[in-house]
Amino acid sequence: MRYDIRLAIDYSYGAPSDRSRTLLRLIPADAGADQRLLSRKLTIAPRPDERREGVDFFGNATTLAVWHRPIDAVRLEVTLRVDRLAADVAADLSPPVAGLADDLTACTDLGPASPHHFTGPSPRVPEVPEITAFARAAVPAGATVVQAIEALGHALHEAMRFDSAATSVETGPAEAFEHRHGVCQDFAHVMIAGLRALGIPAGYVSGFLRTDPPPGRPRLEGADAMHAWVRAWAGPAMGWVAFDPTNDQRAGLDYVTVAQGRDYGDVAPVQGALRSSGGQVSRHTVDVLPVGAA
Amino acid sequence: MPPAQPRTAPDLFAGYTRLPGVADELFDARGQMRPVWRRFVERFARLSPTEIAARFERGNQYLRDAGVYFRQYSSDPLAEREWPLSHVPVILHESEWQTICDGLAQRADLLERVVADLYGEGRLVRDGHLPASLIAASPQWLRPKVGIQPPGGHFLHYLAFEIGRSPDGSWLVLGDRLQAPSGAGFALENRMATGRIFPERFPRSYIQRLAGFFSDFRAALEGLAVAAGNAEGRAAILTPGPSNDTYYEHTYIARYLGLMLLEGEDLLVENDTAMVRTIEGPHPLGALWRRIDAAFADPLELNADSQIGTPGLVEAVRQGKLAMVNAMGTGILEMRAMMAFLPRISAVLTGQPLTLPNIATWWCGGAAERAYVRENAAKMLIGPALSSDLPFDVSGQTALGGQFAGGEAGDLDAWIDGQGASLVAQEAVALSTTPAWVTEPGETLAEGRLQPRPMTVRVFAARTPDGWRFMQGGYARIGRSGDATALAMQKGGSVADVWIVSDRPVRRISLKPAAGTPFRRSSPGVVPSRAADNLFWLGRYIERTEDAIRLVRAYHLRLATTDNAADPLLRRLRAFLGGYRIDVGQPMPDALVGRIGAARNCAGKVRDRFSVDGWAALVDLDRTARQTLSTIKPGDDAARAMGVLLRKITGFSGLVQDNMYRFQGWRFLTLGRALERADALSALLHGMAAPDAPEGALDLAVEVADSVITHHRRYRVETSRDTVVDLLALDADNPRSILFQLRAMREQASALPGAYDNGRLAPLLRAIVPLDSLLSVESPDRIDAKTLLHLRAELAGISDLLSAAYLR
Repeated sequence: MRYDIRLAIDYSYGAPSDRSRTLLRLIPADAGADQRLLSRKLTIAPRPDERREGVDFFGNATTLAVWHRPIDAVRLEVTLRVDRLAADVAADLSPPVAGLADDLTACTDLGPASPHHFTGPSPRVPEVPEITAFARAAVPAGATVVQAIEALGHALHEAMRFDSAATSVETGPAEAFEHRHGVCQDFAHVMIAGLRALGIPAGYVSGFLRTDPPPGRPRLEGADAMHAWVRAWAGPAMGWVAFDPTNDQRAGLDYVTVAQGRDYGDVAPVQGALRSSGGQVSRHTVDVLPVGAA
Repeated sequence: MPPAQPRTAPDLFAGYTRLPGVADELFDARGQMRPVWRRFVERFARLSPTEIAARFERGNQYLRDAGVYFRQYSSDPLAEREWPLSHVPVILHESEWQTICDGLAQRADLLERVVADLYGEGRLVRDGHLPASLIAASPQWLRPKVGIQPPGGHFLHYLAFEIGRSPDGSWLVLGDRLQAPSGAGFALENRMATGRIFPERFPRSYIQRLAGFFSDFRAALEGLAVAAGNAEGRAAILTPGPSNDTYYEHTYIARYLGLMLLEGEDLLVENDTAMVRTIEGPHPLGALWRRIDAAFADPLELNADSQIGTPGLVEAVRQGKLAMVNAMGTGILEMRAMMAFLPRISAVLTGQPLTLPNIATWWCGGAAERAYVRENAAKMLIGPALSSDLPFDVSGQTALGGQFAGGEAGDLDAWIDGQGASLVAQEAVALSTTPAWVTEPGETLAEGRLQPRPMTVRVFAARTPDGWRFMQGGYARIGRSGDATALAMQKGGSVADVWIVSDRPVRRISLKPAAGTPFRRSSPGVVPSRAADNLFWLGRYIERTEDAIRLVRAYHLRLATTDNAADPLLRRLRAFLGGYRIDVGQPMPDALVGRIGAARNCAGKVRDRFSVDGWAALVDLDRTARQTLSTIKPGDDAARAMGVLLRKITGFSGLVQDNMYRFQGWRFLTLGRALERADALSALLHGMAAPDAPEGALDLAVEVADSVITHHRRYRVETSRDTVVDLLALDADNPRSILFQLRAMREQASALPGAYDNGRLAPLLRAIVPLDSLLSVESPDRIDAKTLLHLRAELAGISDLLSAAYLR
């Protein structure tokens, strides 16, 4: 499936910010396991005094933008064309959940794709005993890793209510889970905490979701903004499996990955420390449209 | 076993009994005094207990006068406690020290290779010499730093090692300190203090000196800055700020080495270069000696919640334009679990064992290790694997001697098996003891005695172009009780100087330049904007305080003579002070104490720019105000108390005026004072020289402005509105006139960078000059209420202009 993607983000500051420095993760890496970037464009206005493209530890594409002068608003526009490749639909080759520990011990890789980064607590996903208990109850004994991922994702989708106004970007998984509500970021963080508690390495994926569903299927939650879902490590044979707890489904052809990391902090689309005394306002629009028949 | 040898010290050493099963620094295993101590003991034993007490007190007095303190994290973020000096030094022979340093140099090289691999090739993990899961779990393994080559080629430049002597007499490494090792500055102060206690040329001339280590390190820092592309070799210290427990040391080292002391907000990164925000605009830096934890150094790429970092520092390092001492991310080497693997890594990487081994350590992530630890738990300390605490600093859930610390119940075996990968076990080592002067509660210093106390030594190493250079001496931690297990070293002990003693007198290393080197006057350096800001406000608060003290004193003097609080003049003064939120109903008004506190707070943030005496004067002022808070009574008593405060604050002002170097920072302090005084005089005239002011108000204004005698000499008449306005507003020779202060401001502002813009006045001067002109030509009758209010508004505007031009 081929997509044309447009994203626009506007920030405005109550008071001009002095010497802003921003790190952007808005563009997919050139090639991923199941997608290919055909073209890309990122415009930043006003034009930054310094701009540098880079790649972070997890392999995500980054853009550093620095302004030497005070600015009071920024507009970011992204235009992408991406091929989303269909993954082979494989049988469940994952081990039972309890068997993962040995696979992990055998793994001596610390590269970006290593499961070791995704096993323990991370800055925004601490251990939450309530989520641990929920995850244990949701997954039947003897389940394979893939079965566990789907069971936990489904249970969370049933238990939690999507509410675009209830939480903020700063909300942690404990709070979102306590009230059983949140946006895609909260669903993802809660599921990551649950999977890690079960011993399954799990991380955070940011990206895009097709805006209009294929005929006959309902519009998905999260399609009007950047979306987030989860990937989990299902052992050396299957590798990483992506699952969207907000919509209770595997993240398939409707999903385009932008960045992945341990939690939101590793993939934040716009990260910046701004010297500004005023508050800031942001607005953000997304269009993800299929192109002909790819 | 009573010592056999010390016949020279029958009384002092009579009660000194070696503890069973541990080594002792003073006596060897056969009970013989170690020769290296003999010279010291002979001298010491000749002193009477009274003399000993007097000498120790001299050392304490030095530390108090120097303002050495240690900050404890507590509910009061600024609580300071006295430096806990253990007066008797630890003495080691230079040959033994050399062996220690050789072992530690080998270890330092190994640590460099390990950290270079962890942020480079990753071979140690891939080959199974370090567990991938352990490294991945450590918050000190900073992923954004992976793949970055440090400028200059090395990650480690300045290290400390905590070492202890085991019962068989050999030395052990208890911990590696390389995130932001503290203690070197305290070692210097300990040395100064013991110099007061044992001033005799003999044994002092046999003790190795510390200074050479610091000058070598400073040169190495400059070299690093040059390697990072800063031709001037400009380096600075990056501190977390005054609430850090070792902030005193940061200010001390900054002064000692002549380096700028910066906080995160002093810096910015532009075109990949770290710059200091100074009053002259951004100034490039090549190297930072980092005293803040790396994770907090850059909120953009590291801990996003950090309030004390500078966005972009990681990028500056990545682009090779900033060297960090030590590189960010080296903190991973401090974790306890690392010591379980270093011996084997040494064999793998170098083919050599570590000549100075570390404390035996087992990471409980493997089944075999867990089984061994379960079996031997009674002889071990078991705690968090990722912790960087030294073995004796108990933190998190910990088991000692087979039991949970703090009497917690629980199944130890199940804990070890369940939490395995997050636990580490370390041998419960018994440390050597060293003599410490011990007094029981209620005893005076003179009634004390020497007792064996467990100790560890902190050794400092710096990388120089000629290899590792070690401080010849160090800093010993002395346990609080006679218990020689490492546990007695927990917080609350004391510290001692470490003497490295030679058999022959030590050649004095001169820090003077070699003969023939031309004299070079180093420039006083740039002033960071934040420092200038604090100096400016210090000046304002000091002046504001003095003004309030004078007003409050005038009130109480009048109250004492009239004894009538309803007196119109007193009512007027009360209202006037009320405008400053000063309530004279309180004999020592809270608002006044608050102003002193604000001044001290500002001064505390620029302590590296202050003389020790200046700081001591401020602390004394603050203490006096607080002490008299509850005891003084209105009237005469309060007036006298204000007189005391006034003398103390003018003591501080005098030190600043007479002794402070006229660097740019001093100008900001002076500007702050002048601006505040001009404003206070305008307000005073507005309130007390108004047409409706009660009888006596003019005299009071002259008195508050400390101009009674001048008025009498100049006018030889009673006060009138004209004479008072003339003297306090228009007299260019009276330091307590508005015009005098405006001219002072004009003079300072003219000397600041950017005072003129292409020959024209820059905005700051453009605001000051018209006020100067106005008061230069006006006559007293024209200085009415409206003019005075106009002056005050203009002065407020000048403060804003100054901030905008220099202080942001």
